[in-house]
Parts: sequence; C-alpha cells; structure tokens
Amino acid sequence: MPYSAKGEKVMSINRREFLKIAGLSAAAGIGSVAIFDRLQKNALEASEFSAGPDALNAKKWAMVVDVRKFKTPEDYKKCTDACHSAHNVPDFGNPKDEVKWIWTDTFDHTFPGQEHEYLSEDIKHKNFLLLCNHCENPPCVRVCPTKATFKRKDGIVMQDMHRCIGCRFCMAACPFGARSFNYRDPRGKDAKGQPFIKEENPEYPTRMIGVVEKCTFCTERLAVGKLPACVEVAPAGGLVFGDLADLKSEVRKILRTNYTIRRKSELGTGPAVFYVMGDSGYSVVPELL
Amino acid sequence: MLEKALTGSKKYWTWVFFLLALAGVGFLAYLKQFSYGLGITGLSRDVSWGLYIGQFTFLVGVAASGVMLVLPYYLHDFKQFGKITILGEFLAIAAVSMCVLFIMADMGQPMRVMNIFLHPTLNSVLFWDTVVLNGYLFLNLLVGWTILGADRKGIAPPKWVKPFIYLSIAWAPSIHTVTAFIYAGLPGRHYWLSAIMAARFLASAFAGGPALLIILALIIRKFTKFDPGKEAIQTLGKIVTYFMITNVFLFGLEFFTAFYSGIPGHTHPFVYLFKGLEGHSEIVPLMWASAIMAIASLLILIFPQARKKEGVLAFASVLVFLSLWIDKGFGLVIGGFVPNMFEKVTPYWPTLPETLITIGIWAAGFLVLTILYKIAITVREETAGVEIEH
Repeated sequence: MPYSAKGEKVMSINRREFLKIAGLSAAAGIGSVAIFDRLQKNALEASEFSAGPDALNAKKWAMVVDVRKFKTPEDYKKCTDACHSAHNVPDFGNPKDEVKWIWTDTFDHTFPGQEHEYLSEDIKHKNFLLLCNHCENPPCVRVCPTKATFKRKDGIVMQDMHRCIGCRFCMAACPFGARSFNYRDPRGKDAKGQPFIKEENPEYPTRMIGVVEKCTFCTERLAVGKLPACVEVAPAGGLVFGDLADLKSEVRKILRTNYTIRRKSELGTGPAVFYVMGDSGYSVVPELL
Repeated sequence: MLEKALTGSKKYWTWVFFLLALAGVGFLAYLKQFSYGLGITGLSRDVSWGLYIGQFTFLVGVAASGVMLVLPYYLHDFKQFGKITILGEFLAIAAVSMCVLFIMADMGQPMRVMNIFLHPTLNSVLFWDTVVLNGYLFLNLLVGWTILGADRKGIAPPKWVKPFIYLSIAWAPSIHTVTAFIYAGLPGRHYWLSAIMAARFLASAFAGGPALLIILALIIRKFTKFDPGKEAIQTLGKIVTYFMITNVFLFGLEFFTAFYSGIPGHTHPFVYLFKGLEGHSEIVPLMWASAIMAIASLLILIFPQARKKEGVLAFASVLVFLSLWIDKGFGLVIGGFVPNMFEKVTPYWPTLPETLITIGIWAAGFLVLTILYKIAITVREETAGVEIEH
C-alpha cells in the first residue's frame, strides 16, 4: 500500500496496478474508500492503511532495545528475518545493492565515537539492533524535495514509494544509514532465475526500482492492533514498543528505571529508539547477521 | 541566428559528429542503466552519490563563473570583456544543460522529475537548487540571445535587457551557494558540514570556470577569425590566479580545523582521501594529483612574467581545471560518504557504463557549447571592427 502525505495526489497509476492494489486492500480488509474517491480522474489517492477499530494509537511511538535480553545471534536474526519477510524486502545478494530495514552491527559501528579499547568483552563482541530512529526532527524529511518522506502525527517517519523520485538526498542526510535504495528491480530475478524476494507476502506491497525505502515501525500492523513484527518475535522484553507521551506506557517505565542511550543524540535529530545497555553474558564472537 | 550553426567547415562538422557519437554511446549506456537500474553504477548503499552528482556540482560552478565576464563589463565598464561576455553566458547555458542531464542520470525514477514542481517543498535545498538553476538558465538564454541578436544587426541592445543582466550577476553566486547548501547542512557528514563550504564552492568555481574560458578563448582564436583579445585573456588569467589562491587557502582552513582539533570524525575523510583508511586507498593518487596540480598552477600563475606568456597561461589553466575537476567533481562527494555513518570504509569507483554515460553527457554539453559558440563567433566575425556599447 502506498503512503502519501495527507490529502495529496500521487502519480496516476494504470489499471493493472490499481486492480492489484485494490484487490490487496480488499484482501487485507482495509481502507478502500480512498481508492474509489479519485477513480474517475484515473488518479489514485494513495492511502495509508486506515486504522481499524483495534488500531494501536500513540502520540509519539518509540522503541526500547534492551540489549541484555538478546543472548545469541539467533535472537537478532529472528527479528531481522521477521521484518524482511513481512515487508517483502528484496535480497539482491550483494552488499553494494543491499536493502535492509533492520540489521545488526557491533558497538563501535552502532555508537561511533563511544568505543574505546577497554570496553567490556561483552559489549565489545555483542551485536546491536539497528533500524530507523523515527527522529523527532528528521533530516531526511527536511531534505526531501517532494515530501515523499514525511512525519506522521504519531511520530512515525514514512516513505511514499509512489512519489519518491529516487534522488537519494535522504540517504545522504540520514545520520543513521537507515535508508536503502532499490538499485535493481526488487520484483526481478537474479542471473540464475531466483526471485529477489524469496517468498512474497501478498499482504504487503512490493516496491519498484529506483525508490528509497526503510523501516516504518510496521504501520500496517499497528493499524490492525498488532505490534511491529520485530517486537513480536524478539526475546521477552528485548524490544519494547509504546507511546513516549504516555507516562504509564511500558516504554516510559523502562526509560524511568534504566540508563538508556540513543545513537548520535548529539546531532539533535531526536531518535525515538533507545538502548538499555548492560552485560548479558554474551561473550562469544558472533557473526554479523 | 540558429542557421549559423548549420554551415561550417569540414573541421566543424567532424567535431560535431565526434561529439554526437560520444553522446550516442552515452545514451545507449543510459538505456542500459534505465532498464537495469542504478545498480549498474559503482554506487552503493553506503556511497549513494558519486560521479554524476560530482559532475553536477562541478558544472554548477562552471555555470556560475560566467559572471566573471559579465560583472567586470557591466558594473566596472571593463571594455575588453565587451566582445566576450557572450562566451561566458553561452558557457553557462551549456554547463547548466549538463547539470540537468547529470541530475536526470542520477535519479532512480527520472519519469517522476516533475514531482519536484507538483509538490514544491520549501524546506528542501534540492527544490531551491532546481529553481535557481532553471532561473539562471533562463536569464542567460534571454540575455545572451538578445544581445547577440542586437549585435548582429549592428544596433544597441534593447533597454529592457539591462535589469535582467544585473539580476543575472546577483543570481550567479546564488546558484553555487544553494548547491553548497545541499552538502553543508547535513548532520553527520563531517566532510561537508562546514560553514565555509559555499565560500569554497564559489572560489573554486571562479578559478575553474575562467580557466576553462581561457582555454576556450585560445582555441577560438586558433580556429576562427574571431580574436577574444589578448588583454581580456590576461585579465581572466588574473581572475584565475586570485580565486585559485583563495580556493587553496580555504581548503587549507579545512585541514587546519580537522587536524588541529583532532576530532576523529573530522579527520577521517581527509585521511581516507589523502592517505587511505582501513586498507582502502583507491582515491589517494587522484587526490594527490589534484593537490600537486593546484600547487603547480599557483607556482606558475603568481608570477606575472610567466602568466603573460599565453602558452604558459594555457598550461596553468589546464592544471587549474583538472585539479578542481578532481577535487570537486569526485573527491568532494566521495569524502562525504567515506567513512560511512557507521565509520566503515566502503570504497567507490565508477563502472564502465557510468563512465560512458558521464562522457556522453559532457559530449552533449560540448555539443550545445559548440553550436552556441559557432553562432556567436559567426556573428562576431561578420561584425568585426564594429564596436557596440551594450
């Protein structure tokens, strides 16, 4: 489902594409009103997944990554796999063209400038989960020349794949390397005939060539009352998702009682992903996922 | 006046078809990129801008430099530039055309380019850059064409064109300032996050552009009956000298701040570009070539005796142009992306299709330049000896 800044027209689409999207919406049982609105003009109002009766709502969505809860590389892999298969993230088979919404890296790459040679063995060898920070003051939104990337009222930074012109200014602007560009056609196949999307999830749209994409905090799941895919499969308490504006939320409880850090907070972008540090007996040198 | 581009010597046509052939090869390579995607280039998730955006940036500078001929003539009544302001204006048109082509080549969804105007976004520097570049293109077309048309008839240009000339003088620095702001306002890109970025851009533009104009003027004198004028070329030489000194000085300031402060993030791009980092030194020879050519050009240019010999001046101009082309057309962009946001080194090098597309766009730009200069020079040849006050 394409997303767009509210009330603005996106590129007209052809009949086949329309039917695909319409069918998809019907299948998912979500927002089809907007689709019929503009039909006569042969233009589609790209709709977000409209919120159902069970939708989860917040003033400011945020996530806490409690790194103590992640014991093995497998714990992380579950999260990254769940996300990438739910969102039809293509695997182009090489790091150059890589598309990723959530991934892991070491401490010195996750928190550059914070590392020193006497770090605890645990922290030194541990992996950390990285994803879009859904910043309070997102540089990607500031630089986008078409408002293809925009911030929702609930703080989620979104990407309208139907409006993106593929200029990649947002990739230059994001200090967290959270954005990926479709250097190839994600709906295509490699030289051996293997599709780049191994198993397509029919409930989520695939993207086209030449547009930028990234983590969306699973707006499509929030709309039907589900937590983000990574949160659901993380070890208990490993990923906590909630409303930063709600004093009673689980996120706020953890932030109140634990020392947390954010990536590159000195840049003033206001990341909404927090990390609880601490040892977890994670002392084996793991392979990066 | 366009008909003047349709008649020419054998040499002229050979040159035109040579450029057409290069542009054609570039276009074929672009078709390949269009179907395969930008994955055909050396660009990656970590280095997401490269040769195309570098060339774009460099050429905005060349376009802006046209003002170095227009300003002295119209604001200081420097008569020697009277005959050749048109060369600056037409160079600007060719350069902006190349800028537009490089942007199109770099876009993932070029068919959606109009989205920039359908959804104007005032907080995006890229939106403003599109506006000022198109404005500059329009101003130079209008002014250049009107004045040349009047010259051809042997009459003074219409009065209404004057305000547009003054506007274009103010407009020229703006296009390069806005282009610098594309880079200078991004958090976390240490190599670009510098308050003097726009100043550096202007200094390098006003050195590199006039250096190219000197070379072009000498070529014109050699192959046509039109003489841009010895004194005009010498004055351009002075302009190149002062701005090249300024450019090298400003680059030195960046070095000082990075290394005296010793802040790792600020030093890393410089170390990567000039020494290599984490075993990657692909760019190092190029950057040193740029630095050595910059110093060598200054050692020639600052001595008036050397500069006054046209052959020596031409050589120094080539050094200046190549040095700045490497520094701004390549190193500037790469230094912003390497090391990446995770302090990791992902090297970048253009691929063959990417290089062919780049050469093709330069050829297309030079074709525009050739046609415009052919028209301008034919008019000048016909009106030789007639001096018209603009």
